[in-house]
Amino acid sequence: MSDTSNRIDSARRAFLNKAGAAAGAAAIAPGVFLTTPAVARPADQPVSSEKRWGILVDTNKCASNCDACVTACKDENGWGSTEHHSSQEQQSQWIRKVEIRNRSTGFVATLPLMCQHCEHPPCVDVCPTGASFKRADGIVLVDKHICIGCRYCMMACPYKARSFIHEDLEDQLPWAPRGKGTVESCTLCVQRVDNDGTPACVEACSAENHNALVFGNLNDENSDISRELARAESIELRADLALNTGVRYRGI
Amino acid sequence: MKLAPNYREIEGKSTGFRVLLGGLGLLAALAFGAFLYMEHSGHYVTGMTNQIVWGMPHVFAIFLIVAASGALNVASIGTVFGKSLYKPLGRLSGLLAIALLLGGLMVLVLDLGHPDRLIVAMTYYNFKSIFAWNIILYNGFLAVTIVYLWFMMERKMNRYYRAAGTVAFVWRLILTTGTGSIFGWLVARSAYDMAMLAPMFIIMSFAFGLAIFILVLMAAYSWTGRPLGDAVLFRLKNLLGVFIAAVLYFVMVYHLSNLYATEHHGVERFILMDGGIYTQLFWIVQILIGSLLPLAMVYHPTIGKSRPAIATASLLVIIGGMAQVYVLLIGGQAYPLEIFPGYEVTSSFHDGVVNSYSPSIWEITLGVGGVAVALLVVTIAIRVLRFLPVSLADDAVDPHAAKAD
Ligand code: SF4
Ligand code: SF4
Repeated sequence: MSDTSNRIDSARRAFLNKAGAAAGAAAIAPGVFLTTPAVARPADQPVSSEKRWGILVDTNKCASNCDACVTACKDENGWGSTEHHSSQEQQSQWIRKVEIRNRSTGFVATLPLMCQHCEHPPCVDVCPTGASFKRADGIVLVDKHICIGCRYCMMACPYKARSFIHEDLEDQLPWAPRGKGTVESCTLCVQRVDNDGTPACVEACSAENHNALVFGNLNDENSDISRELARAESIELRADLALNTGVRYRGI
Repeated sequence: MKLAPNYREIEGKSTGFRVLLGGLGLLAALAFGAFLYMEHSGHYVTGMTNQIVWGMPHVFAIFLIVAASGALNVASIGTVFGKSLYKPLGRLSGLLAIALLLGGLMVLVLDLGHPDRLIVAMTYYNFKSIFAWNIILYNGFLAVTIVYLWFMMERKMNRYYRAAGTVAFVWRLILTTGTGSIFGWLVARSAYDMAMLAPMFIIMSFAFGLAIFILVLMAAYSWTGRPLGDAVLFRLKNLLGVFIAAVLYFVMVYHLSNLYATEHHGVERFILMDGGIYTQLFWIVQILIGSLLPLAMVYHPTIGKSRPAIATASLLVIIGGMAQVYVLLIGGQAYPLEIFPGYEVTSSFHDGVVNSYSPSIWEITLGVGGVAVALLVVTIAIRVLRFLPVSLADDAVDPHAAKAD
């Protein structure tokens, strides 16, 4: 929680940024802008392709009865208990815990599954309007302004990482705008990452002392994540699709 | 002796005509109401979920769009392939193509999460997206077909109409390929990961479009009391038989080649054997009622000559076609994504389980409204413009060409 003030700061900065360049931004309620947090980075620090953000999930360390990452994501990004009319199948899930059991050996593992922030994201390729986009630093986002809610990206994503919002939402968080009729998914907590923070799920996992998630810059060979990846085996989910995902898994 | 066909507007003064207009108008109005309700509440009132993201409206929309390009075939056969028997049918064929496309697009747009952003869809293009290309293809198809119709109907432009017909023909082939490719791009979904889909869509469009054409033609001629001879009708129903057989063949090749690829065994087993509703729809509705039965009917030596039977066979092809799109679209989504091959998967987000879908009344009403709008466009157009020849009796259509073909 040390990071709350930082977060609000960032939200305020984003807000001011936009108030300055408000030409196209639509205010849906006082203080709530239907804009992606993609522009939430400080103006003096453009997103650069020198960085490629990623997460390594070590399933050996991921505890089966723990869903701290999911809870943290809900708190940070304001999803989870916000949809009152939608059925369980219709409610948004940015990140979920999945239990897998090897059919031949019986080996069981659990892991969090979310947007894999693909380098070659099918969701971006198919999106007719360009609302789905990938930032230079590898984070894949949806621009809520131009998403028409066609859901083609949901059809295309191999990981079922995306959710469609089926109803009106209230009490939105300024740094994570959402909107009925648009699609959303894990943003890798851009609002934190752009302020040198760590995604909420990663922070929560460490706080629980599981340390199953390592976040960092894949393009920096000295980052924790790069060193971990170099040290031992890891895989991409559906590696056959050659999407070069930013999220990688170990232990399965 | 060759007679130039004499086209005339239908009278449109009968009670039946008003009832037809009123009925179709009502269905369209209900669809609009359903749309307003869904948009106002959000899609939670529909059957769609985060697992089945394209539901009943898409089934209708895809069916109509595919049928639209097929409906143009009759005109193409007359213009591009020079079969004179088909020439008098060209105007209706073009009209039907436009009408079906409009109906389908309407459903597609009104089911968007943000239909109010249509202007965004028209102005922001991601040229990598096959979906964006489809928007261009659809608009282009409308434009090309309108020009084609105009050249057909305006004597001064008549000499260009063959060229326009060829452009329209090529365009419709590309358009259906584009529609089929929407699925071809979904590499992660086992049911769609097939190069076969695009050609299969083309052949499906032939059958669906012709079936609708036959029904509309028969209805228009019998309700207005204009003569429709056996020469035209039997030629069309024989052609329908060929198309049904071709679709069956493609469906067979599609499933066989899927069975050949080990990674698709799961989804094949699902559709063909234990997919519950999808398996039933496939075998009973698509194959039996929608393909084999009409095939037998149109080629039967006596039944094949009965007009009610020809109409029924066309209707069955349409029902079978809807089932085919349903199985492909909804069945393909119901089957779980293979994210962890070799593992059993469970989660709070329905991983590893077959997803269920039950269409809501709103979605069905919207879809039916698309059909109603298409028919409404046809009904009004033949009332105000000269689309239909006064007679399609055997001696009015070119008898020599009829024999020679
Ligand atoms: S995981 Fe899905 S939503 Fe995320 S970038 Fe890849 S295709 Fe897009
Ligand atoms: S739903 Fe939105 S983000 Fe997804 S493909 Fe359609 S327009 Fe793009």
